[in-house]
Amino acid sequence: MDNQYIFVWEPDPSKSKAVYNYLVKKVNDRNLGDKVEVFKSTYIGLTSSRPIIRILPNDTIYKDFEQEDLGEIFEAISSGRKVNRFLCEFESKIAPVPEKDSHSKQFKIVLRNVGYLDPENIDEYIRRGGYKAMEKAIFQMKPEEIIKEVKESGLRGRGGAGFSTGLKWELTREEPGEEKYVICNADEGDPGAYMDRSVLEGDPHSVIEGMIIGGFAVGCKEGFIYIRAEYPLAIERLEKALASAREYGLLGKNILGSDFNFDIELRWGAGAFVCGEETALMASIEGRRGNPTPRPPFPSQSGLWKKPTFINNVETWANIAPIIEKGSSWFSSIGVGKSKGTKVFAVTGKVKNPGLIEVPMGTTLREIIYDISGGILGDKKFKAVQTGGPGGGVIPEKFLDMSVDYETLQSIGSMMGSGGLIVMDEDDCMVDVNKFYLQFSVDESCGKCSPCRIGGKQLLDTISKITAGNGDMKDVQKIRNISMAMQKASLCALGQTTPNPVLSALQYFENEYIEHITHKKCLTGKCRDLVQYSIIPEKCIGCGVCAMKCPVKCISGEKKKPHLIDGNKCVKCGECFASCKFSAIKRS
Amino acid sequence: METQQIAQLDKRLLDFINEWKGKKGKEIMILHKVQEIYGFLLRALAMEVSRLIDLPLAKIYGIITFYHIFKLKKPGKYQISVCMGTACYLKGGNDIISELENILGIGVNCVTEDGKFSVEVVRCVGCCGLAPVMIIHGKTYGNLKKGDLPKILGEYGESVLLDKENHV
Repeated sequence: MDNQYIFVWEPDPSKSKAVYNYLVKKVNDRNLGDKVEVFKSTYIGLTSSRPIIRILPNDTIYKDFEQEDLGEIFEAISSGRKVNRFLCEFESKIAPVPEKDSHSKQFKIVLRNVGYLDPENIDEYIRRGGYKAMEKAIFQMKPEEIIKEVKESGLRGRGGAGFSTGLKWELTREEPGEEKYVICNADEGDPGAYMDRSVLEGDPHSVIEGMIIGGFAVGCKEGFIYIRAEYPLAIERLEKALASAREYGLLGKNILGSDFNFDIELRWGAGAFVCGEETALMASIEGRRGNPTPRPPFPSQSGLWKKPTFINNVETWANIAPIIEKGSSWFSSIGVGKSKGTKVFAVTGKVKNPGLIEVPMGTTLREIIYDISGGILGDKKFKAVQTGGPGGGVIPEKFLDMSVDYETLQSIGSMMGSGGLIVMDEDDCMVDVNKFYLQFSVDESCGKCSPCRIGGKQLLDTISKITAGNGDMKDVQKIRNISMAMQKASLCALGQTTPNPVLSALQYFENEYIEHITHKKCLTGKCRDLVQYSIIPEKCIGCGVCAMKCPVKCISGEKKKPHLIDGNKCVKCGECFASCKFSAIKRS
Repeated sequence: METQQIAQLDKRLLDFINEWKGKKGKEIMILHKVQEIYGFLLRALAMEVSRLIDLPLAKIYGIITFYHIFKLKKPGKYQISVCMGTACYLKGGNDIISELENILGIGVNCVTEDGKFSVEVVRCVGCCGLAPVMIIHGKTYGNLKKGDLPKILGEYGESVLLDKENHV
C-alpha cells in the first residue's frame, strides 16, 4: 500500500483540534509514522461547519462524521478500505495536488499550496519549493529580465480590470527617483468573493515571495499590504509569515546576503469598499478619507506619498513566483487568447457545492457550474450568474457555453472582476437582485463625485418604485439615461460600474422588468409588494397548519373546511406557502 | 467637560502610539487600536489622539466618519452582525434581520435598552458556503433559519442572567 497522507480541516482550529489530535495519536500509538502522515489543512475546497478529512493519494474525502466514528475511519485508512457512509459525493470534483487534473477540470497555480501546508510554518512552504523563485530572481536575473518575463507571460491584473502586470512594473521602474513603493491590494470587498482571503490564510508566503520579486524588479525598498480589518485570521497569519521571513533573512537588510534591502508592512482597511480602488487605497494608507482622485497622474507616476507606486492584488502576486520559476512560456501556454493563466473563482449562491475553484482561462461557465460545482441546488432551473460583483453583470443561460476570459465577459456586458461567481436559480428575481447591488453601491459610494452619489441614489429610487408596484414604462428609459451619465462621468470605477448589473438585466431579462411595471407582478415572489397569497378552496383540507404558522394570524377557517387569507392583514412572508403540504396556497 | 472623562489613557494605547508615531500611514492603525481597547471612539479619545499625533481633530473625524468600521456609539455587550453579502441576501438574510427585529425590538444599528445586544449589517464575511450567516460575539452561526434565532439568542440571554446572579 502507498503511503497515506491525511489532511484534516476543522472549522475553528484555534479552538478545537480534536480530529487532528486523535489521528496523530492513533498514528503514534500504532507506530505507523513512516506510512501515514497527518497534516492540518486550512482549506480543503469545500465549505462546511464540521470537520472534513481528505486522504491522498486516492483523494478520498470524509465528512459529516462524529468524533466516535474516527476509529472506524482510521482503521479503514490504514488498511486501504473506505467507509462509504461518510464519503463525500463530490470527491472527484476537487483537484488533488497542483497542476492539471483531467477529471476535475481545475488547474492550480495560485492555490497550489492552499490546504497542503501549515500556513504558519515557513519551513513547509520552503519544502514545497517556496522562495526558490525569489532566489533565482535576485541572484540569476537582472531586474529588466524579470519584468520581461512577467510581461511575456501575459499575466494581467486579477483584481478585475486586467491591465498587463509586466507593463505596470515597467512603467514604474522607468520613473525617476529612488523612493518607490509596492502595494498588495488585499481589500477584497465584493460581496460573495473570498479568493484573496483563502490565499492569505492558506498560503501567505506565496504573496510575500511575489512582492519581494516585484520589489526587486522595480527597485523598491518598502512594500505595504493593505488588508481588510474584517479578515482577522488573514492578518494574524500574514504577521506571522512576515516575522518568520524576516527571521530567515528573506526580508529586511541584505536579503540572502545580497545588497537588496526590502521590507513589507501591513496597513489595515476600515470597511470602505471604495478603498479597493487604487487611488482611494493609497489615500487610505496615507491616513486620509478614501476618496479616489482622477487619473492621470497614474500611481506609477505619482502614487503613495507622491512617489512612483505599483499595486497588484493578492491573486496576481501569488502568480509571480511560479512564472519566474517555470518561465513565461509555460504560463502563457495556459489559457486562451489574451487571457493567460488561471483564475480563481468563489462559486456561491444556488449551487450544490459552493466553494473556491481555480480553472484555466477559457473554461466555460457550464463546466464551472455543472461539472465542478455540482449543478443547481435542488436541481432547479438555472437562471443567471453574476460575475464581477456589484460592478459586473448578469449572464443568462444562453451564454453558459461561452469561454470565461476578460474579453468575452466584457463583450457581453459583464466583467471578470475579482472572481465572485454568484449563481441564481428560477426563484431569484432579477429586479430584486439589481436592487440589492444598487443598495450596496449607493452605501459604498464615497460621495465625492455627483454622478455616482446622485445617480446611484436615483437609480435605486427608481428601481425601488418598480418593485413596489408603482413603476412606469418611462422609468426604463430614465434608468438607461442615468446609467449612461454615470458610466461616462463618474470619477472612479465604482461609479462607472454601478449601473452594470441593471443594464445587463435590462438587456437579458427585460421582460422581467416589464412584468413588474405593466402587470405589477413578480413571479418569484421576492418583491413582496407585488405578491398576493390566496387559498385554493378545492385543494385545502383545512388542516390548519398555515393558520398556525402565520405570524400575523390572518388565516382563519373551521377545521376540515377550506381556510381563508385576509389580504389586508397579510404581510406576505410566504410562511403559509412554504408550510402547506397540499399545494393549496397560490402565489400570484 | 467630556474631556475629563478620560483621566488616564490606557497604557497599551500609549505604547502603541509611541511605537507608531514615526511610521508612515499610522493614522488608521492608531484609530483601530483605540477602538480595539475602548470598543468605540469617544470624542474625548479622539481629542487625545489628535493631540498625541499632532493631527487636527477635524481630520480624525474625517477618517472616523468615512470608514464603516469606526463607531461613535457604544455597541451592545453582544454584538450581532448579520451578513448581507450576495449569497446571504439570496438565501434570506433579510428574513434574519426582520426576525431579530421581532425578537429584540430593535432595528439595524441600534442597541437594546439594557445594552445587551446591538444589531448591525455587515458585508460579506467570507463564508458564503454557509449562507445565511450571522456572527454574535465572535461566534459564527451558519445555515440559519428564522426558527433557530430564539434558541441562539437564548444562549446569550441565559449567560447574561447567570452573570447577573453571580454579581448578586
